[in-house]
Amino acid sequence: MSQSLYNTPLESFYETLNRRIMFLDGAMGTMIQRHSLEEDDFRGDRFREHPSPLKGNNDLLSITRPDVIESIHSAYFEIGCDFATTNSFNANVIAQADYGLEPIVRELNREAAACARRAADAWTQKTPDQPRYVVGALGPTNRTASLSPDVNDPGLRLVSFDQLKEAYQEAALGLVEGGADLLMIETVFDTLNAKAALYAVNELKEQHGWAIPVMVSGTITDASGRTLSGQTPWAFAVSMLHGDLLSIGLNCALGAKDMAPHLKELAQHVNVRISAHPNAGLPNEFGQYDQTPEAMAAEVEPFCTHDYVNILGGCCGTTPDHIKAIIDMAKAYQPRPLPSKTQRSLESSHEDR
Amino acid sequence: MKIAKNKSAAQLPDMVLCGLEPLVVNEVTGFVNVGERANVTGSAKFARLVREEQYEDAVEVARQQVENGAQILDINMDDAMLDGEAAMVRYLNLLAAEPDIARVPFMIDSSKWPIIEAGLKSVQGKAIVNSISLKEGEALFIEHAKKVKAYGAAVIVMAFDEDGQADTYERRIEICERAYRTLVDTVGFQPQDIVFDPNIFPIATGIAEHNNYAVDFFNATAWIKEHLPGAKICGGVSNVSFSFRGNNAVREAMHSVFLYHAIRTGMDMGIVNAGMITVYDDIPKDLLEHIEDVMLNRREDATDRLLQFAESVRSSGQQNQAAQDRLAWRETSLQERITHALVKGIADFIEVDIEEARQQATKPLDVIEGPLMTGMNVVGDLFGAGKMFLPQVVKSARVMKKAVAYLLPYIEAESDGEQKKAGKILLATVKGDVHDIGKNIVGVVLACNNFEVIDLGVMVPGEKILEEAIKQDVDIIGLSGLITPSLDEMVDFAQMLQEKNLTIPLLIGGATTSKVHTAVKIEPEYNAPVIHVLDASRSVPVATKLLSKEQKPAFVASVEEEYQGVREQNDRKRGQKTFVPLEEARARAVQLDWSLPIPKPNALGVQVLKDYPLEEVISRIDWTPFFQSWELHGKFPAILDDSVVGEEARKLYEDAQEMLADIQNQKKLQCHAVFGLFPASSIDGDQTEIYEWASGEDRQQVKAVLHHIRQQTSRPANRPFRSLADFVGPKGQVDDYMGAFVVTCTGAEALAKAYEQEHDDYKSILVKALADRLAEALAERLHERVRQEYWGYAPAESLSNDALIREAYQGIRPAPGYPACPEHTEKATLFELLDATSAIGVTLTDSFAMSPAASVSGWYFWHPDSRYFAVGKIDQDQVENYATRKSFELKQAEKWLRPMLND
Repeated sequence: MSQSLYNTPLESFYETLNRRIMFLDGAMGTMIQRHSLEEDDFRGDRFREHPSPLKGNNDLLSITRPDVIESIHSAYFEIGCDFATTNSFNANVIAQADYGLEPIVRELNREAAACARRAADAWTQKTPDQPRYVVGALGPTNRTASLSPDVNDPGLRLVSFDQLKEAYQEAALGLVEGGADLLMIETVFDTLNAKAALYAVNELKEQHGWAIPVMVSGTITDASGRTLSGQTPWAFAVSMLHGDLLSIGLNCALGAKDMAPHLKELAQHVNVRISAHPNAGLPNEFGQYDQTPEAMAAEVEPFCTHDYVNILGGCCGTTPDHIKAIIDMAKAYQPRPLPSKTQRSLESSHEDR
Repeated sequence: MKIAKNKSAAQLPDMVLCGLEPLVVNEVTGFVNVGERANVTGSAKFARLVREEQYEDAVEVARQQVENGAQILDINMDDAMLDGEAAMVRYLNLLAAEPDIARVPFMIDSSKWPIIEAGLKSVQGKAIVNSISLKEGEALFIEHAKKVKAYGAAVIVMAFDEDGQADTYERRIEICERAYRTLVDTVGFQPQDIVFDPNIFPIATGIAEHNNYAVDFFNATAWIKEHLPGAKICGGVSNVSFSFRGNNAVREAMHSVFLYHAIRTGMDMGIVNAGMITVYDDIPKDLLEHIEDVMLNRREDATDRLLQFAESVRSSGQQNQAAQDRLAWRETSLQERITHALVKGIADFIEVDIEEARQQATKPLDVIEGPLMTGMNVVGDLFGAGKMFLPQVVKSARVMKKAVAYLLPYIEAESDGEQKKAGKILLATVKGDVHDIGKNIVGVVLACNNFEVIDLGVMVPGEKILEEAIKQDVDIIGLSGLITPSLDEMVDFAQMLQEKNLTIPLLIGGATTSKVHTAVKIEPEYNAPVIHVLDASRSVPVATKLLSKEQKPAFVASVEEEYQGVREQNDRKRGQKTFVPLEEARARAVQLDWSLPIPKPNALGVQVLKDYPLEEVISRIDWTPFFQSWELHGKFPAILDDSVVGEEARKLYEDAQEMLADIQNQKKLQCHAVFGLFPASSIDGDQTEIYEWASGEDRQQVKAVLHHIRQQTSRPANRPFRSLADFVGPKGQVDDYMGAFVVTCTGAEALAKAYEQEHDDYKSILVKALADRLAEALAERLHERVRQEYWGYAPAESLSNDALIREAYQGIRPAPGYPACPEHTEKATLFELLDATSAIGVTLTDSFAMSPAASVSGWYFWHPDSRYFAVGKIDQDQVENYATRKSFELKQAEKWLRPMLND
């Protein structure tokens, strides 16, 4: 039974988390785009004969261009990130079915974690006083368990809780095999999907005796201030908090400025640590994010002045420059104070195991 | 009876449940009502609805309870005749699609664990399980409790163990304590998520052992709240009055009395029929006393006394205020009702309302394009403003679908059954992109509006989209994409369409797409309509216009013009060159088909129509701009029923009608027209020659030369640079014709002055506004007669006033000073040609404005491909050329062309 993360005792990890704001990385997709990879890069030798196009399946690059993925993780570690988020957003059987790559999903996750692990270990060696961690990313899949795709049949569902649970378990197993220290259920736009993920992960934790901390991050999709499936931020948190979480938070869809009121709602009501990794503002008409690192850091700063967050990072459109600006800004601030006794006792029960 | 205080509970977090919104259970929230009617064991009506699969009505049962104040919904499908798991899942899925219901947490109620588990897998919020117990032993209890915890729900524990259901105070507290310790210590359940149901049994049954049931419940409640920190109390309240079935007045009072005491002892939530509780203080004193005697077991003969008394109490005929409030919107205007139904997603009355709208409309299709679209636009605006969220919009689409389905037989009947579907639309998410939620919503909304939707799914290569589009002969292609690289795919696809020389309109949608990107990058690649669609709610109007023969040309032209403007603005932002040389623009003029037979006017030359019959003019009035002139925005006649401005618009309309009648009877205003039809040819240099008509048709003697301006801002390679010169046949190639007109409405200025002297500014403005409308209406009517009689190129044309307003006819009548011919001095040429001033008394001011103000002038072009356009900005070389042509000083030319010059 594991009492520690890969390189670090759990205790010292929590100690860091209590002492300072910790930093996730920024966007993976934006960084991959900079490499202008073509169909051949995505295929590599191994998938040369694959029947459907593979360009755009970023998760596959962990196998076919691990050099690119590892270098992106290193770039984020270099500017001081504590966590690398694995390149596994769509690495589940539901999303990979669109590419006909369901059979390699576990491998995709394992290799995604391995890329991040190699980078994290290298940087932990360089800076032993700042151990680096690998966060295994579990994306939302492209199906919704709470919404019908057919207006004529509002009771219809294209994916069930059990299908999602199975998909997430396969992904989570791969991520942990590849060296993930934590798991993050992220970009949650349908809470029922996320509940299936959490159920899946907690079942694995119980079966395998993992002590692996779990983060959950939801997505407020538009100006209504709700998730795609219609929940308010607080309701989203209420639906997830049974799962023994390291943190809950928000990412994607919004820039920091628009995310602030929703983070505030979480901070007011939620008794666990809070994470935030907003987009670099809103995309311009050409789909590009042109918020500068300085502008983004300025928009993120209120998260710190108002004690909203313990963990900060970036989502779409962010680069190492953005995250560096955020780190430089946030260093001056304390993390959100650890809420109640309940939470502390919950953690000690972790450490007792 | 003492009020229980839970000392240690204060240190525990509150119990929070949620549906789409959170529900905190604490002292501040107070007693929580759990709606009991969606229960097949408790409601015969609900059981029948579910058994007969009338789920739409079953969902209404839930909605009514939430509207009546239920804060949690109990759902029970325990019926031997039902597949309980399937029914539970289906019902929960349906409720999830109803945001005004799904906002509350659900209570998953079953005595069968598999049904509970199926329910837990179907709710995104934090639900509450009703219930588990120690009935089948501790092992199973623990197993189920662990599962409930893992699924993230709270739990109701029934006071029931291996020996049976607790019916005394002692048994109740014994079982609850044991269950609590097991849950907290063994399972690790959060104490605040534990709810006890200490069993509410019927009282006043005539059996002596039952007499203390209520008191035992109250005492057990108090004990639990005192000794089991965090735990809550819940119970099924209507059980208590079971022996008074059929006497609702007594039952309602009993529920109220029971709750009054139970809540004081600490009951947190109750499963109740929210519509079946009297206010405690409203219970008549004598009835209250009799009930409390029974409830608190205060006298031996309490039951008999209540039974006797009950005979005398008749069921109160209280009206259900909530139901009344719920239907208040039914009293509003038709448009408001339709909009309300769409915004709230209420399908109950839509058919009635649509029938009413259909009877008011000229044709059934107008109901869709009018009131329904007005309502959907409200939905779109609310969605855009974040005041509605997606599930609500999908519900609106469902109501829309029902409305359209109702209209369909009428629409088909009118089109002789030919037009079954509004059109065939192919949708696809482009290669490299797997996002399809938005595209699915668009598909749903379009399908609701009677479009046939072919959805190719995600990651569709361009070749495949092209192949299917051709094979299926689709009317429109819609591309969707969420990620940035999809934008490039869309550009590539537009190029593919162009290479194949297709003309299928292309719609662009998805989160990263934008009007600017569409205008700058995609539209130039494809010589057919390419339109960015902002969100699903906008897809219907766009598709409808593209597939309407009447509306398409004007719509496509306006989009092209808009996108040209977007490109220019974008170029300016990026500091790029905006113009092509005039010579290049001229080389890329519009090439119209001059092999068509050229219609020679029936009557060449100038004609004057004085004192044109007013009633004929009035029938041609386009009222929409009339309301705009009063800052009332909306389309006529829908504006009369508008929820905001409708009342004002109606009043204004009535006043206008009254004044029109007066004008007509008293002949207070006069309408006059002069027009001419002439031999004409275009010559080089964007000019049109008009020839002397009196001397026959030798086309030797030039009577006038018209100087046109040509579009010059750079545009895609396959787009022409337009000029009015292109709409008249070239000299030497064909013998063509064109026309000119001036119409006026006189008398308004004097009348307005008279009103002003009477200090009636309102009437003064009204008469001027009406004179403007009459002049415009005469221009419309005259143009119609020119097409039908005087020129006669469309003798069989027969269009409604609506169709005329939409410019559904052949040919155009652009006015000097307006976008296609923006230079005002050309009006002088027009006036000279017609001798308009002496003919009908209209003069031109120094700045070439017409007097009286209620006058309209313009040119007539007959060619079916002539169209309205905007010249836009022009470059210096054209300014110089224009000056030469008009014999202006350069400064003079610049003055008259000022609005067209680039700053």
